[in-house]
Amino acid sequence: MTQRLLLVLGILLTVTGSLAPFVWFVLTSFKTQQEVEAVPPSWWPSGGWHFYRAALFDHHLLSYVGNSVFVAGCTTVLALAIGIPAAYVLARVKLQGKSWILGGLLTVSMFPQMAIAGPVWRLLANVHGLNTHWGLILPYVTFSLPLVIWILASFFKELPAELEEAAQVDGCTTWQTLTRIMLPLATPGIFTAAILTFIYSWNEFFFALLILTQPDKHTLPLGIALFQGEFTIPWGELAAASVLATLPLVFIVLLCQRWIISGLSAGAVKG
Amino acid sequence: MADLELRAISKRFDKGLVLDNISLNVSDGTFAILLGPSGCGKSTLLRIIAGLESHTSGQVFIDGAPVDDLSPAARDIAMVFQHYALYPHLSVRENLAFGLSMRKTPRHVIEERIADTAQLLNILELLDRKPKDLSGGQRQRVAMGRAMVRKPKLFLFDEPLSNLDAQLRTSTRVELKKLQQRLGATMIYVTHDQVEAMTLGDVIVVMNGGHLQQADPPHRTYLYPTNPFVASFIGTPPMNLWQGTLRQEGGATIFRVGDLELALPPFALNASGSFAGPAVLGIRPEDVRLEPTTRPAIRVEASIDLNEDLGADQILYCSMRGEPLVVRLSQASLISPGQTLPVSLPHDKLHLFVDGRRINPLPNSDP
Repeated sequence: MTQRLLLVLGILLTVTGSLAPFVWFVLTSFKTQQEVEAVPPSWWPSGGWHFYRAALFDHHLLSYVGNSVFVAGCTTVLALAIGIPAAYVLARVKLQGKSWILGGLLTVSMFPQMAIAGPVWRLLANVHGLNTHWGLILPYVTFSLPLVIWILASFFKELPAELEEAAQVDGCTTWQTLTRIMLPLATPGIFTAAILTFIYSWNEFFFALLILTQPDKHTLPLGIALFQGEFTIPWGELAAASVLATLPLVFIVLLCQRWIISGLSAGAVKG
Repeated sequence: MADLELRAISKRFDKGLVLDNISLNVSDGTFAILLGPSGCGKSTLLRIIAGLESHTSGQVFIDGAPVDDLSPAARDIAMVFQHYALYPHLSVRENLAFGLSMRKTPRHVIEERIADTAQLLNILELLDRKPKDLSGGQRQRVAMGRAMVRKPKLFLFDEPLSNLDAQLRTSTRVELKKLQQRLGATMIYVTHDQVEAMTLGDVIVVMNGGHLQQADPPHRTYLYPTNPFVASFIGTPPMNLWQGTLRQEGGATIFRVGDLELALPPFALNASGSFAGPAVLGIRPEDVRLEPTTRPAIRVEASIDLNEDLGADQILYCSMRGEPLVVRLSQASLISPGQTLPVSLPHDKLHLFVDGRRINPLPNSDP
């Protein structure tokens, strides 16, 4: 009984702890300017939608949303397009030095961002990639590939080899085996990888700040961060914009959740 | 429908030779069983025939044409896997259609074939289900169906019944045999179950340690095993086998094991003209006679250690001067442990192996 109580308490603490800042921001976004600045803070908002209006129209939030959707979308599609075949090969095809490649991928993803910021900037400057969206997509794809490949490779490894052999006997080429048999079965893994990649590139701030200097190219995190003027921090607008920036992610995750059901491969071998 | 020929197939993995110079002919319409303990190379051989595994040397012929360089698909074979390997995201109907549509078979032909096969296998009502909604036996049928709709030259089975429970296995075995006779198909079937091998096969190919031991019809394999391994591997309880030595003494051949000496009937002499040295003598439990017999036989005393009553049969565990002897009686008898009985080992039922090869003459024609 005490154990159960502790468990419930622990869950409550964790959930409250992680949601509290977000709830505070949601509340703030609905406040009036006076309520935002009130000391002691006022808890319940009475302001309505005006901060949202300001964020959307005065601060051009929609153009940032557009940029972010483009960058995160392209990153996700590209990372999957490269990651899926790579993961399949690493999981299944007999290959010399496979574990070195997988280990190398892991090592690459451990480099601190600060350490590679300079070289990345120099490289992009050389190929005129600064202040372009593809100049941002390129490093994003590179950074997310190790994770995508690791997730998918472990997923492909789980699928029974007999299925591929059956496909081979049925007349599939390796590519057809991948697209017609393995991919549908790896759907949960693919969605997981896609969501993680999308969230990463949606939220990424540092490289966006480094590469994009023109305001019309800014992605959401960058745009929101640069709301602040010289003398004021527009907390209300920031809060409203942050809520708007988070909603698509929440929406996507909820939408894809039903695809991320494991056990789709049940019945392939004995059930 | 086709015949299969293997010529001197060898396979070497990193750890060593798993198949050593296997040659085999399977004629059209034959149900051939690859039988052996696990690790004997039978599954590897099947996968080489399928093209899923490459061989180090040798050649595979289907219908007289070498297929070594062909992909599994181009060999026109169908395989039923141990775990069925049904595509989980496709319905039964789509599973059956998959191989045909990969081969660009016209739609109406596919539908016709699926209908025929589903009818034959009694899976019509399962066609729209997913594999996860099927029982083990139903999955097994669908896996069979997926092989049959293609009408391949050769059916390959990799222990297809090993995941079914005992009762279902027996009934599926019977159905499979009927099916094979009806289709007249050439089938290669891997199993480690000697009952499956005996009941299903037209030919049993016994393998051990990567070597082909014997390839004969079941009855012949049972009655005339070519070496001690085959003799011990087929039959329950297994054949009595004694490792002993042979010597010639006054025109008679004496087999000695421990304190026991048995006078053997005059077998044909081998090339060197005499029998001397190590040898293995065997007799099947059901061939040992307890009742007096007038047939030429070795007569010896045996004391009963244990009596197992299996209902239809009785298994007696005896010893002859310390050497174990198992006897199977087909009728009930009141024999109790501790008794000593005279037993007869009929000459024509003895199996003598020297240097791992059978010495007794084989009959000229099949029994």
